Amino acid sequence: MISGFIFRALEGKIIVAIAMLLGIAALVPALNLLTAPDSALHIPTYAMSLFGKYLCYALLALALDLVWGYCGILSLGHGAFFALGGYAMGMYLMRQIGPRGVYGNPVLPDFMVFLNYKELPWFWYGMDWFVVAIAMVLLVPGLLAFVFGWFAFRSRVNGVYLSIITQAMTYALMLAFFRNDMGFGGNNGLTDFKDILGFQVQADGTRAVLFALSAIVLALCLLISSAIVRSKFGKVLVGVRDAESRVRFLGFRVENIKLFTFVVSAMMAGIAGALFVPQVGIINPGEFAPANSIEIVVWTAVGGRGTLIGPIIGAVLVNAGKSFFTGAFPEFWLYALGSLFIFVTLFLPRGIVGTVQHGFKAREAMKAATDAENGRADVGTVAQTVQAAE
Amino acid sequence: MNTIAETRAKSLLYLEDVSVSFDGFKALNALSFVVEPGELRAIIGPNGAGKTTMMDIITGKTRPDTGKVLFEDTIDLTKKDEADIAQLGIGRKFQKPTVFESHTVWDNLELALNRDRGVFGTLFYRLTPEDKARIEEILDTVRLTHRAREYAANLSHGQKQWLEIGMLLAQEPKLLLVDEPVAGMTDAETVETAILLREIAKTRSVVVVEHDMGFIRDLGVKVTCLAEGSVLAEGSIDFVSSDPKVIENYLGR
Ligand SMILES: Nc1ncnc2c1ncn2[C@@H]1O[C@H](COP(=O)(O)OP(=O)(O)OP(=O)(O)O)[C@@H](O)[C@H]1O
Ligand SMILES: [Mg+2]
Repeated sequence: MISGFIFRALEGKIIVAIAMLLGIAALVPALNLLTAPDSALHIPTYAMSLFGKYLCYALLALALDLVWGYCGILSLGHGAFFALGGYAMGMYLMRQIGPRGVYGNPVLPDFMVFLNYKELPWFWYGMDWFVVAIAMVLLVPGLLAFVFGWFAFRSRVNGVYLSIITQAMTYALMLAFFRNDMGFGGNNGLTDFKDILGFQVQADGTRAVLFALSAIVLALCLLISSAIVRSKFGKVLVGVRDAESRVRFLGFRVENIKLFTFVVSAMMAGIAGALFVPQVGIINPGEFAPANSIEIVVWTAVGGRGTLIGPIIGAVLVNAGKSFFTGAFPEFWLYALGSLFIFVTLFLPRGIVGTVQHGFKAREAMKAATDAENGRADVGTVAQTVQAAE
Repeated sequence: MNTIAETRAKSLLYLEDVSVSFDGFKALNALSFVVEPGELRAIIGPNGAGKTTMMDIITGKTRPDTGKVLFEDTIDLTKKDEADIAQLGIGRKFQKPTVFESHTVWDNLELALNRDRGVFGTLFYRLTPEDKARIEEILDTVRLTHRAREYAANLSHGQKQWLEIGMLLAQEPKLLLVDEPVAGMTDAETVETAILLREIAKTRSVVVVEHDMGFIRDLGVKVTCLAEGSVLAEGSIDFVSSDPKVIENYLGR
């Protein structure tokens, strides 16, 4: 049953993408660790970490594609799930600092000592165990998505209204996390991490492993997503996106379908956040900013929603562009991002991958047509391919 | 003469005194309507008579303000939602054909097939030989075998209507509600559709709403004329179309 489910996922493009990600997972750390710093092939650690960050964003975009591209739920709050996953990981990393903090308190993180906490808040208990932290990375975003989705989908909140309340959700969380008495470090968030599972966070070796993990986890989530969208469930999802009432009148529980997808997607976003935090070394309430969630939508739209691979490419390209712009012309980045979104919406509504795929289908149809003229294919197939491409 | 209780006990679908209003406008006004098992029924009536609203009420899309809506005498449909009602065995074709355009004809039917509709049931679903045979059979019934692998978006208007009827068949409903199936069809397609519906009605009850009087004549079944939210006349097509109230309210317009 499970093997059939996974096997179905392995369609041509997905196999190539997974192979490439696994290749990157091996090659980039190797070029970082095994080559001399002056070698032409050497990849400096900062570049590897930067690329690792893009891979986390790619996973986040993939998560959004599942709900937006396939199920038609335009979530403008996915940054919240990402940030929650990040905070869960950040809490673990804070607890690993132990007595090495500025105040040398063996239990309380520096910010708590500074804010006169007498003891650890209950929700920090157990977060010094990696297994618990990882469980929270999945559970907290998953639970928030479940509760939120339970109410929203049951009361049939749709379209713009749903988008607006997801924005409100991430905004409310941002305000909450900014408060010092929430117990998450307020404004400054969580930072100054020392080690993870006993390995120094800053060490090249650790960074290489974190990079490789990001690529592997992305590949795994791509596999799972592909299995989901290619199953009958995935076809129902597209049905919900295109003709929700038809799905309902066929006897499907649309609210359960949406809820499941939303929760899976939120968990993926949480994992992305957890991989992100040790690589950038900080998590703060700014990650909940509504604008962040909107940026995810831009990456997904640029790459091509409803294609799984598109959002991954979109996230990497747009963020590479962002790194370049914020280095070279910092004041222009927002204009560039805005123009990009307008350009894509107007001229590339299918996004990069969507447009290429469409082009391929059209070319195949053309070829079939010429073949037919030369008497090599029967007219029926031509008509079918031409129509399929339209 | 049957008592009301007997009529109700024998019925597949039973509506009594159903009223619903939208912003003070009475779309249905004390409507009573009974469908028996295995019956094919035609419904006519002017625009805005409440034909589609009646289907909305039966399928759980709209809740009536007052009145009884019973399925198989015991099941109160006003307490159930669309998915429940579909699972009970009531299928519905919309006035505007609604199929999944970005899926193939085959996939449309596969989705409609009356199988486990839960999240995990669909995630791990595999096409069995029986399901395959059933889909092929339906494709044949709705005359779409040759287009099975095409996207539904590329079908003609009439073919979309048929595909939607095929999807209803895949649901294996006990009662099929069909809203204006021949709107936008060619004459030949209309004739074919009448044959198709009669064929379908051999094994289940069907309620057809239509404006096309030629088509209604082809069906040759009991006709109910609705106007202003209640029944104006009921009987054979000749009986109904000679009723002066029907002529005044509908045919004469
Ligand atoms: N959800 C709604 N909100 C407000 N008014 C509605 C709603 N649904 C139906 N109506 C009104 O109820 C009346 C009955 O509409 P209905 O669609 O049932 O008519 P119909 O008999 O199907 O007509 P047609 O032949 O044009 O399809 C119309 O005046 C319509 O505007
Ligand atoms: Mg109508």
